[in-house]
Amino acid sequence: MARAIVNAPAQAKRGEIIEIKTLAAHAMETGFRRTQLGELIPRDIIRRFTCSYNGVEVYRVDLHPAVAANPLIAFTTTATETGTLSFQWVGDNGYSVTEIAPIRVE
Amino acid sequence: MTTRREFLVLAAASLAAPTAAKAQLDPNLAAKRKAAYEEALGKVVGGARVRAGRVKLQLPPLIDNGNSVPLSVAVESPMTVADHVKAIHVFTQRNPLPDVVSVHLGPRAGRAGISTRVRLADTQTVVAIAELSDGTFWSDSAEVVVTLSACLEEGLI
Amino acid sequence: MGVRSRLAPAVACILLGLAAAAEIPPGERRSGYEFMSRETRAIQDDDAGNPGMLWVLDGEALWNRKAGSTSRACADCHGDARTSMKGVAARYPAFDAATRRPVNLEQRVNLCRTARQKAQPLAFESKELLALAAYVARQSRGLPINIAIDARSKPFLDAGSETFHRRQGQLNLACAQCHDDHWSGKLAGSPITQAHPTGYPLYRLEWQGLGSLERRLRGCLTGVRAESYPYGAPELVDLELYLRWRANGMKIETPAVRP
Repeated sequence: MARAIVNAPAQAKRGEIIEIKTLAAHAMETGFRRTQLGELIPRDIIRRFTCSYNGVEVYRVDLHPAVAANPLIAFTTTATETGTLSFQWVGDNGYSVTEIAPIRVE
Repeated sequence: MTTRREFLVLAAASLAAPTAAKAQLDPNLAAKRKAAYEEALGKVVGGARVRAGRVKLQLPPLIDNGNSVPLSVAVESPMTVADHVKAIHVFTQRNPLPDVVSVHLGPRAGRAGISTRVRLADTQTVVAIAELSDGTFWSDSAEVVVTLSACLEEGLI
Repeated sequence: MGVRSRLAPAVACILLGLAAAAEIPPGERRSGYEFMSRETRAIQDDDAGNPGMLWVLDGEALWNRKAGSTSRACADCHGDARTSMKGVAARYPAFDAATRRPVNLEQRVNLCRTARQKAQPLAFESKELLALAAYVARQSRGLPINIAIDARSKPFLDAGSETFHRRQGQLNLACAQCHDDHWSGKLAGSPITQAHPTGYPLYRLEWQGLGSLERRLRGCLTGVRAESYPYGAPELVDLELYLRWRANGMKIETPAVRP
């Protein structure tokens, strides 16, 4: 099933600032909601998002329960070289999703 | 969707269960949450002075639904090795927890910023703090009106 | 919208003798999209940021997945949904000859699963059923809703219309009172829309997820403190038929985003 959607350009000029949009499928359960019986629904969120460019971390976000469900994270990075953009989401209960996007830089 | 019979059974069970939630609101809630915000802010800036400026925090002034509010932060910076934004932190003053996101970045970002969507539990002030490579802190804040709050009990529908 | 398409439903009304008493004039019909803030509209407008697209992608995967004792995927009969499903959702709810009554898109998917794929039907409001419905309806995005009523389906349209205009629940409110007579007003701070189901299944910020028109209708019924019908109930499907017919000509927005 679709765990995440990544929108990043497939090619760019060297030095160009590129825009990246990511969407992750995740309920981001806050830990503050209760069932109809009054029991607390345990927290279950994505805790960290990382973007790596040819293995080097270029952008990292620590997420808290205040981030909305199915989180959007949109940011920029500089197109430095041809290679692979790698995106990783890590969270509670062993949640871990990785997506990659190749990029050609002229 | 529970039928009437199922609801009555659940209601009886919840009366019997001693661990059922306390429904009363803490009268000191706002003060406690403001204090939590100050503490979270302190963890990031220490005793350093936070200057207003350079940071632009954008939120809709009137919010359709507090469950998902588009938020973006942009920080003026040349983003060079010598002069760049190291981190961006977003806090709320009235959510159950003050932290929202912390972004860690560097010159390779090109532009310092983030766009995301956040949960807001109440009409309140949202604060964005930028930590620069020279150790200074800059901030912006936005007042938002929330009529449909996040972080409350499970929707029955 | 051209004059011809605007006249068509009006002409159909006259032919079938349907009352158009307090209805919103065609020129004044507005999608729920127009009642949202600029920022929420932006969520819907950008496929890269629209959470509903997560379900559409899931639906695409399910479309291609073999199922049932026949081990057939939707794609095996219907091919590429981008061509075969174009315009299909625009006609739903549609009359089903076998069951002799209108069915909505979700029911149609399940009818195919059981009869053709020999697979178990998907539970109403399950992630899988929503994903398939969202994927199919997405292929009609931008096309006008196109509900055709004939002698067979008219009684069901009338039943749906009756539900829409009847006071119900402890609050003793009829749908028409808010959605025909008081749209653009406010209910507890939120705008009252005209209730045109142009974007279902849609991502509702209140649900923090994608849901069907039936889920929304059940919510409305609970809201007026009426007993809500179960998913798939004929009362709900008749009401969906009426609401879609009432929105004829309006463009499909699936997967829409709404507060």
